[in-house]
Amino acid sequence: MNLTAFTALVRRDLRLFTLDRKAVIMSIVAPILIASFFGFLFGGVADREPSRIIVAAIDLDQSEISQRLIKDMTADKALDVRPDSIEPARAAVRAGKITVAIVVPKGFGDQSGSALFRGQNKPTIDLMYDPSHSTELAMVRGILTQHVMEVVSRDAFSGAGGQRVTGEALSQVNSATGMNSADKDALRRMLESVGQWNRRVRANPQAAGVNGAGGGLSLPYAVKEESVTARKGVQYNAMAHSFAGMTVQFILMMGVDAGIIVITQRRSGIWKRLRAAPLSRFTIIAARATSAALIAMAIQFIVFGFARVVFHVRIEGSVPGFLGICAAFALMTAAFGLMIAATGKTPEATRGIAILFTLLLVMLGGAWVPSFIFPQWLQKVTFLVPTRWAVDGFDAMTWRGLGFDAAVPPIAAMLGFTLLFGALALWRFRWEAE
Amino acid sequence: MLEVRALTKRYGPLLAVDSISFVARPGETVGVLGPNGAGKTTTISIVAGLLTADSGEVLIEGRAPSGDTDPIKRKLGLVPQELALHDELSARENLVLCGALYGITGATLRTTMDAALDLAGLSDRAKDRVGTFSGGMKRRLNLAGALLHDPQILLLDEPTVGVDPQSRNAIFTSLEELRRRGKTLIYTTHYMEEAERLCDQIVIIDHGKVIANDTLEAVRRLVPGVNVLEFELAKPAVDGWCDRLRQVDGVDAAEIADTLLRVTLRDLSETSPRVLEWLHANGIGYVHLASQRADLETVFLSLTGRKVRNA
Repeated sequence: MNLTAFTALVRRDLRLFTLDRKAVIMSIVAPILIASFFGFLFGGVADREPSRIIVAAIDLDQSEISQRLIKDMTADKALDVRPDSIEPARAAVRAGKITVAIVVPKGFGDQSGSALFRGQNKPTIDLMYDPSHSTELAMVRGILTQHVMEVVSRDAFSGAGGQRVTGEALSQVNSATGMNSADKDALRRMLESVGQWNRRVRANPQAAGVNGAGGGLSLPYAVKEESVTARKGVQYNAMAHSFAGMTVQFILMMGVDAGIIVITQRRSGIWKRLRAAPLSRFTIIAARATSAALIAMAIQFIVFGFARVVFHVRIEGSVPGFLGICAAFALMTAAFGLMIAATGKTPEATRGIAILFTLLLVMLGGAWVPSFIFPQWLQKVTFLVPTRWAVDGFDAMTWRGLGFDAAVPPIAAMLGFTLLFGALALWRFRWEAE
Repeated sequence: MLEVRALTKRYGPLLAVDSISFVARPGETVGVLGPNGAGKTTTISIVAGLLTADSGEVLIEGRAPSGDTDPIKRKLGLVPQELALHDELSARENLVLCGALYGITGATLRTTMDAALDLAGLSDRAKDRVGTFSGGMKRRLNLAGALLHDPQILLLDEPTVGVDPQSRNAIFTSLEELRRRGKTLIYTTHYMEEAERLCDQIVIIDHGKVIANDTLEAVRRLVPGVNVLEFELAKPAVDGWCDRLRQVDGVDAAEIADTLLRVTLRDLSETSPRVLEWLHANGIGYVHLASQRADLETVFLSLTGRKVRNA
């Protein structure tokens, strides 16, 4: 191989890349900006409190129970509860300013207690929701259920309404006909016990072992949340995944450009001068591939370097593994560019098709949204997509903090794709001048 | 010396180059002429190794190049029709790359680069970005890029396309200097006047075939009428007298358009007095008279029945 020519060609490509302001912006600034945006969107730098769901509360009952319910929901860290009335709330939901409006009906306080024991005459809580936020509706429904059960049961067991409710229930049981006598006795004993408990609590809350806030049903468990990251104490950094995804996307775009440059040169005097010189085809191809791979490596270092300095994205796993992923992806990008150069006919037509193909690869690779949210069958399919290996590899070496052994499969897969793309490029490359 | 023997190249049903042969010796400039699409660039591309011929061979210093890396390719320098330059780089950076393709570096590269820039008249613009150059300057740099490895044979594919007259003259001067140094120049063009100025030997190609291959003088003699007298008449001529003028001994043709009379002669010194006498005798006055030799345009017209630029 003519090393002088090889070095000069690589140096030329690197220089042309750095002189092309548009290429530099697209390859370095664009991934940083978009990755930062996506990173903030998906959780930012650390485990942060999730955004609260904006909920309008319309209390048509104004009872002690309904007020207590709204107070408890207001205290819930998942909700941003705003008191409102029906029509303004409906308009706000329609305008997308409020996600869900909860309408507590008149008589809720009276009906909910007896419905708790008898399962009849249940009051209806209306939920008006923005149909584009159906996921949030499910969350609000669950949170509402929890707070209603707590408030209503608390009132039944220790509130003023509880006495009335249990009294009414007891007299209904006593006058009921057709009920099995054993069942009637058991139910009567339970209601008498509830009434007795209610009176004791109200007479002496301290002696009953509860304070004013207790006394009803509550969730029978507590939750301790832990995000499982590289190691204990290391918080998840959503920036790591978004920077991995955007780096993969824009480096592939650079690979497309590298291929299109070859197509453009093939139609110019530059290609003719190259081919007229006593240079092997290997020298010409290797120089192009080397420069593309070096540019890809540089972009990875700069973009992840930025993420490290500004967003504290760390390589929590194996550094050699990370470098291996970078190198394998750079080589794969170079081969991808050559494949585009070999299969494309005109720069204009090739650019459109290649960018569409690249975006598909990026989307399926989980660069935009993590691949685990894909359906199971699609997740399996995406193992055939090289970008999936790149993104998973970067995730493994950054926030997941896995060792070098976890980097080996992605590296091997990407090198396999490098060979595949390279073979296709060599097979289809048109060496003759046009 | 460059020998092209019976080159043939097909693109599907199109026979682009049909058994073309010619020889170019040291210190000689061979003009390969023909209209666009005649097969000039295809021929040059085969000679430079950019295309593979279907048959025939190219001998450089008596030897056919074998493979992409054959050192014999160093004997060739190609000036492609399309600019082989990077606008983003300086003239010097472009030349460094051209030199590196032939393994030239260091002091040798600096020396040859300075000489090439000097020959192209661009020494004072060496550090400037090529994108800031005029079309003519780029053409001159394109030529300089092919000279760095000091090739014996220079293949110039329409090197003056889109060039202003000043730069064209500068390129001609450079090429004449190279010829004086004993270089072999193969020059393709469809500008016949360029070939007349530069070339010792003319190869005229049409539809992929050689239709003339000889020295400039010999090619000129291929046309029956080699001299033209042009008269600007004092007043428009009377109908019918042009036919009588054609009957004058030695006159091949006579055409008149308004007050412009063109008379084609076989022999200028013998026939022109008879033409002048005939005009005087018939009372036809003229205000201006000029004599022209048959140019290559006329030769091409004569051989193909078409003008080069319209062919």
